[in-house]
Amino acid sequence: MSPVPAALLGGALIGLAASLLLLLNGRVAGITGIVAGLAGRDALWRVLFVGGMVLAGAAVGHLLPGSLQVTVHLPAGTLIAGGLLVGFGTRLANGCTSGHGVCGIARLSKRSIAATLVFMSAGVLTVFLVRHLVHA
Amino acid sequence: MKPLFSAFGCGALFGLGLAISGMGQPQKIMGFLDIFGAFDPTLAFVMAAAVGVHFIGQRIARRFKAPLLVPAFPTYEFTRVDRRLVIGSLVFGIGWGMVGFCPAPGIISAGFGTREGLLFVPSMLAGMAIFHGMETLRSLALTDETGAPAPSAAK
Repeated sequence: MSPVPAALLGGALIGLAASLLLLLNGRVAGITGIVAGLAGRDALWRVLFVGGMVLAGAAVGHLLPGSLQVTVHLPAGTLIAGGLLVGFGTRLANGCTSGHGVCGIARLSKRSIAATLVFMSAGVLTVFLVRHLVHA
Repeated sequence: MKPLFSAFGCGALFGLGLAISGMGQPQKIMGFLDIFGAFDPTLAFVMAAAVGVHFIGQRIARRFKAPLLVPAFPTYEFTRVDRRLVIGSLVFGIGWGMVGFCPAPGIISAGFGTREGLLFVPSMLAGMAIFHGMETLRSLALTDETGAPAPSAAK
């Protein structure tokens, strides 16, 4: 599949999954919140959600070669530091790209629109600094 | 039992969408954020489609008195744009720009067995655990031994 139709189809499926989770389970499809709750009570549905996500993702990865391919090979230290920042930041902000960026914006939450503008801008600035200043 | 099946099904649909859309490829995320370089618009199409569908979907869901399989819809605890939201999003965005993974794509990448995903996800979980630890310490500092707010924290 060429990239734009794949992006639109994939995005629509993400939106549909979030809508069904709200309609059936009364839950917001925010991955940060779902994962953070794995350590608490009420963990079983979260385990199943994440399990379904991983299985379906891996199935696509095998059926559509290249769909989960990583071509930027960063040093381990960068991946670890980035992971720490993503984990800490998403918990402090109570949401990530799914919870704020998709679910929150879809219900026109001011908080989520603000969060999305901030993490997008921070991401743009970080990539700019790393790619165009450090590696210039 | 039914909410468990639906949770699995929704997770699978979510993972299917993420993987098909190309969001499991960190180079596409970094490309999207690289607006001054080799810009890759994929993420914009994914988000536009996801938000568009969910904008309608959540409105349909809210027409029901309650969710179909559980008693109640979520209530939103936080409504204000506060310092924690802004600082947290800032920290998240820096990490996102560094590695090109946000939580869900990182998890499916790790599930697929990539080196990048397998290094990223445990670190992300550690970041979440550090947050949890700091919150616990903070709440201990702000409460006395009975769990009531400490006098020093009254203001």
